[in-house]
Amino acid sequence: MSGLTAWTARRLLLGAAQTAAVVLLVFALTEALPGDAAVALAGDQPDPARIAVIRESMGLDRPALERLADWTSGLLHGDLGTSLASGRPVSTYIADGFGPTLLLATLTVLLLVPLSVGLGVLAARHEGRLADRLVSSVTLGLYAVPEFACGVLLITVFAIRLQWLPPTAVGYGTELIAHPAALVLPVLVLLSRPVCTLARLVRAGMIDALAAPYAAQARRYGISGARVRYAHALPNAVTPATQQLARTIDWLLSGVIVVEALFVIPGLGTVLINAVAERDIPVVQGLAVVFGVLTVVLNTGADLVARRFAPRGEVAA
Amino acid sequence: MNDIRPTRLPRTDARFPGLRRRGFLAATSGAVGLGALALAGCSSSGSTDTAAKGGGKPQRGGRLRAAFAGGGASETLDPHASNLFADVARAKALFDKLADYGADLSAQPRLASGWEAGAGLDRWKVTLRKATFHDGKPVTAQDVLYSYRRITDPKRAFRAKADLEPVDLEASRALDERTVEFVLKRPTAGFPNVLAAFGAYIVPEGAEQFDRKPVGSGPFRFVSFAPGKSAVFRRNTDYWDGAPHLDELEIVVANEESARVNALLGGQVEYAHELNPTTGRAHEGKGQIEILRLRNSGMQAFAMKTDRKPFDDRRIREAFFLIADREELVQGALSGAGEIGNDLFGKGYEYYADGLPQREQDLDRARSLLKKAGAEDLTVTLDTSPVAAGFPEAASIFRDQAAKAGVTIKVRTGSKDSYWTDILDSGTLCSYRSGAMPIETHLSQRLLTASTTNATHWRHKDFDALYQQAQSTKDTGQRTAVYQRMQRRLYAEGGFLIWGFADWIIGTARTVRGVETDAPANSLDWARFDKVWLA
Repeated sequence: MSGLTAWTARRLLLGAAQTAAVVLLVFALTEALPGDAAVALAGDQPDPARIAVIRESMGLDRPALERLADWTSGLLHGDLGTSLASGRPVSTYIADGFGPTLLLATLTVLLLVPLSVGLGVLAARHEGRLADRLVSSVTLGLYAVPEFACGVLLITVFAIRLQWLPPTAVGYGTELIAHPAALVLPVLVLLSRPVCTLARLVRAGMIDALAAPYAAQARRYGISGARVRYAHALPNAVTPATQQLARTIDWLLSGVIVVEALFVIPGLGTVLINAVAERDIPVVQGLAVVFGVLTVVLNTGADLVARRFAPRGEVAA
Repeated sequence: MNDIRPTRLPRTDARFPGLRRRGFLAATSGAVGLGALALAGCSSSGSTDTAAKGGGKPQRGGRLRAAFAGGGASETLDPHASNLFADVARAKALFDKLADYGADLSAQPRLASGWEAGAGLDRWKVTLRKATFHDGKPVTAQDVLYSYRRITDPKRAFRAKADLEPVDLEASRALDERTVEFVLKRPTAGFPNVLAAFGAYIVPEGAEQFDRKPVGSGPFRFVSFAPGKSAVFRRNTDYWDGAPHLDELEIVVANEESARVNALLGGQVEYAHELNPTTGRAHEGKGQIEILRLRNSGMQAFAMKTDRKPFDDRRIREAFFLIADREELVQGALSGAGEIGNDLFGKGYEYYADGLPQREQDLDRARSLLKKAGAEDLTVTLDTSPVAAGFPEAASIFRDQAAKAGVTIKVRTGSKDSYWTDILDSGTLCSYRSGAMPIETHLSQRLLTASTTNATHWRHKDFDALYQQAQSTKDTGQRTAVYQRMQRRLYAEGGFLIWGFADWIIGTARTVRGVETDAPANSLDWARFDKVWLA
């Protein structure tokens, strides 16, 4: 197990370096955008004197490196800084936005895993037959529908026409959990594309695994078909899917901007979009750190799981 | 230009006068003069349109939920920091200004029951009406002075600061509990407009924190607030202007236009602000929801820099005025939701020069003017940006119109985040637009030598002098004559090719009554929920 510990440590270290690189890159890119927070705030009344006052009050008149250094040293003390636009701590932005996003992501993943594994296994069992063709073509077709279109369609049918569900979560804020009906459509939209990729990956993995010599051997020992499928083949089949799942979770957590905008869910994606438009650099940086850390942790976790399921798989670090 | 820029997703941006990106209302600037009131946004002045008004006798009760595009987690209830339409709607529920704008953008008394100018127009005595804050304390002259001093604090950048610039707050004082004497730095006939300035709300003396439990004198009391999500207010039974009909008002934030429409259609809100023309057309007269058009809201223009080639030649500017087919621009760039302009700001507002002939496309005359100016093969770059809906469309329509007069226009699309700053001093021709504000504010902020946002670089000493003359003229008739003289000059040779005025579109549930449509955004009756009721 010590090999695994060393491997994990190496992965985490690499992850920290990647996160730092992401933050630096984000800082540089935001600096390179035309206009700063003062210009964005001044909007269409770009009175130069007012812009100068805003800039000064925000500390934007200081050199970029100095601001970066301040921010980094704050970060080392666990301080993500304060928003330029509102003066509130960046951590409250992230904490507020995290709740709704996490809730959506959790619900989506809870449904996504059984659904896509189920569909994938179903299609693999009936390879080439009607069920397989149905699953394969529906997932392919569904995958081609962009989230925005999918969302608009679902809202029109289920919320506006049939009036079964609320069209948006407007006004519910972070207490989404108290309004479960408002979560149905967003979760469906979020599920729509990942379920396709995952089901197809599971199907392909399952077909390979069932055709592999060890599965045939297991069958020759008289082990039941279900046991061969779920205990022997499935772990191998889901390995690529695990990593895809990690990427999906990452995508969900980074705030699914389209879904949040369409359903008025004030999650991380909304926070990010607002912060970029306002050139609210501390908030953008804070989010970059969070997203960077999340990505690293999730991918490391996925690789660990993949190694556990398929140790011979030589999972790339 | 005042903008309000609500959302940021480019997809949605395609709407109306700009309002779509996060809306900063622009106010401000204008160090000169008067009240620069900038109000922002697209606004509208409207003429009445649909039927939300009327509808019988007001009924008491209920909660109205209103959806606005907002500013996310950075939103604040500090009324002096108002930036967005949503901020104004919230500030208006909780606070009052001394005055506010009527439908023609003239100042109407609010907390001030009246004002009286001294002979020199540089001293104004403002009397307060009997009003109380939500904590029961009376609104006093000290509160007014405190509020104005807070706004003009040199260390801060509140929007109304520039509007209050004419006031010498050091010298101004409270004559008694309910009388303030304002001393001005120079004669300012338009001083009442200063009192109505965007964001010039009266807060209790000493108030600094507004997000917890803001205390104002407005028609609603604070209940709760979550930035970027929702703000709930309850009727103030003691409101000086009569208690609101509604028991509760909730202002929710939804940046995406489709989300606001869907929430309205799905019964989650009863009022949706800023809808786009296609939505308006789709639902108008269908009976499901009411569509209200606040006419004559956002001014739509091209701005020519009058201090540089080729537009330093007034014949070329006139040729450009004649190139524009305004009807085609309104149909194409505003989807028909608007009306044509006559190269003057503020159609229908106080002091508007409505006696001038409507300018029409005249390509022959345009060509001959260009020929006389020696600019027959003129090539001009037109700066535009998706910063406001309709900009890129208007630019390409105008390019085609200009081609018919032999002028080659190259359209250059710039960044929308820094557009307004970029076009201020660079380029020669650009897309431009503005929200509603009094005409004198438009003049003082954009057309005087010292104006800080003078996008046409119109700088003429005699024009400045006319402005000062208007501000020193007590007689309204004479003052109007001076303003009209200034407008005639702009009409003949100014730098703003004002081709249209956009409608502002609002949707309401069928149960909502009492929504005023003759109300440009940021005027008194716009987003005014104390007069609204649910049938």
